Amino acid sequence: MLNERSKWRALSVGGALALTLALGLAVHPAAAQETIKIGHVAALSGASAQSGEAITRGLVIAIDEINAKGGLLGGRKLELIQRDDESNPPKGVVAARELVSKEKVVAMFGGIDTPVALATVPVVNKEKVPYMAVWAAGTGITRNGADPNYVFRVSAVDVLVDVKLLDYAAKKFSSKKPGLMLINNPWGASNEQGLVAADKDNNAVEIAGIEKFENNDVDMTPQLTRLKEKGADSIILVVNTPPGAQMMKSRERMGWKVPVVSHWGISGGRFPELAGPTAGDAHFVQTYSYFGKLNPTGERVLAALKKKYPAIKGPEDVFAPVGTANAYDAMHLLGLAIAQAGSTDGDKIREALEGLNAKFAGLIKTYDKPFSKTNHDALGAADYIMVRYDGDKIVPTQ
Amino acid sequence: MLVSSALITGLGLGSMYGLLALGFHVTYAVSSTVNFAQGGTMMLGAVLCFSLWVTLGWPLPLAVLLALLACAAWGVIVERVAVRPFVRRGSNSWLMATVALGIVLENAVLFTFGKDPRGMPPGFLTTQSVTIAGLKIQLLQILIPLVGLSFAFALHLFFQRTRHGKALLAVVQNTLAARLMGIDVERVATLSFALSGLLAGVAGIMVAPLFTISSTMGTLFGIKAFAVAILGGISSAWGVVIAGLIYGLAEALITALLGSIYTQIVTFGLVILSLALMPNGLFGRAEVRKV
Repeated sequence: MLNERSKWRALSVGGALALTLALGLAVHPAAAQETIKIGHVAALSGASAQSGEAITRGLVIAIDEINAKGGLLGGRKLELIQRDDESNPPKGVVAARELVSKEKVVAMFGGIDTPVALATVPVVNKEKVPYMAVWAAGTGITRNGADPNYVFRVSAVDVLVDVKLLDYAAKKFSSKKPGLMLINNPWGASNEQGLVAADKDNNAVEIAGIEKFENNDVDMTPQLTRLKEKGADSIILVVNTPPGAQMMKSRERMGWKVPVVSHWGISGGRFPELAGPTAGDAHFVQTYSYFGKLNPTGERVLAALKKKYPAIKGPEDVFAPVGTANAYDAMHLLGLAIAQAGSTDGDKIREALEGLNAKFAGLIKTYDKPFSKTNHDALGAADYIMVRYDGDKIVPTQ
Repeated sequence: MLVSSALITGLGLGSMYGLLALGFHVTYAVSSTVNFAQGGTMMLGAVLCFSLWVTLGWPLPLAVLLALLACAAWGVIVERVAVRPFVRRGSNSWLMATVALGIVLENAVLFTFGKDPRGMPPGFLTTQSVTIAGLKIQLLQILIPLVGLSFAFALHLFFQRTRHGKALLAVVQNTLAARLMGIDVERVATLSFALSGLLAGVAGIMVAPLFTISSTMGTLFGIKAFAVAILGGISSAWGVVIAGLIYGLAEALITALLGSIYTQIVTFGLVILSLALMPNGLFGRAEVRKV
């Protein structure tokens, strides 16, 4: 029944729709000035929030440098679009899908969590969007069996890190029977495979035992006690910061001064604060350190960090340093690939990355053909360094 | 060695479950309602103590006192906002309302306290330890069960032996009669929620040095504490505390012997089994309603 009230309602709804449409069309920018959207899905809140912030800083510094030089593809500026995955794989996948279909990002960067990255890999491969892992080290992220493979990585690779960890335990601590303490999730599982494989090739060590624990556990004394009873003379640790801190506290309560050689999960948060006085006993792997003599890129990036984030007065204030370093180098490599591809097409960028012509003097090293059709990992075992916490600073051990 | 260290951990955590469960008991005994989001109050105590002591640099006793007062005040807020309006209408929606308020609190803390988990600085209670049978036990781990049991004892005495305590129990048995006898029913309910908040705050502050402090630290704790309260029989103070100890010990022993992957499955399975065998809880009594 068309009375006065419903006529007005129809008119106002129709008018609002028309107005919205007109505004939308008017505000839509002309194609030539359109920015190149770079997506980023990482843990921006929760226990690993510091890692997300560190990666963001690396990306932002690199993007600022590229934009200052005039952007890419004829003056188009880069724009960073971020989503928080809360270290939760389903949320990460939803965010990745949204960035691809709604924001139409040209490429995507990842975060610290291997489970999230592993869940995102099928999405980006299906949508043909290049994905750069800049922290998550799970072997299966880049070695995912897809062809064509759109997933690249500037970061450590679990299978190579595992070789390094066993090697370091043997050489530095004369360990013969390392015990494994692993987080019970896909990242821990990836490293279990890697460590067992590395153990076969390393004749100096023999794994004493493998213990697992959950992210929410507060007391790892049972697991440590079992390893101690099996004769473990070092602990190989694969975990993120909060349960890692609880493990160090459990070890302290037991009074067991066993050396701890860890993957880099413990560098993603406030480890010295959470673990207490024994935090410095854990030696862990990194891809980069802002301490000591830096190469010219290092000096430039540290200066840029100090300028953009005034809380950073020196290298000790750069938290979660590998995130910033990996992301910075990765963003520049992606920039070079986009320029070489001459377009934002996913396939062309992928091919450009696989056969990158330009050399790039980055933070971690100088990249010369970092990727190929069969190798999507820019860094290898030779690029890793071992460090430990000295107070709040991260200092090299070798 | 494995079992003895598990026993120590289990006693500590179990007394904390018991403290939270006492909070459930206190409000239920007096008003037949609970703050389902007790875990949130516990987190509030830990977060406030940390913020006042570490971030603002105030002396520890003052920080503890203010944190506990704030938790008691939060208990009052929960009662006024999420319980009373629904009880007045004879509705059970206070259940969901307290959960919702807990979520609001958690997010408010997330926005203000931040997303990084933080750790309590080492103090006298955590660095000093005694060695019994080759096992290093921190002073804090001895203090926690003592505090839990003391509170249980004090509450038991109050409710069963003092005139005021018995008056409070009368409120839930026959509200009209209690009112006629001059008992301010509303004030009784508010006080019980304040006490419940205080107990949660104590648990949070005591347990904070053993854990990491974050906005989500209390959620799982609160759920387990409720299971403990039901397991012990929510109408008995001693019951819930002993149930807390049993639950804590079971959790620790299962982790030590089977590994932490099975802990939640087995402990909650045991809770279901014991409730199936004894529906009123281990120490509770069936409610008798006179008609």
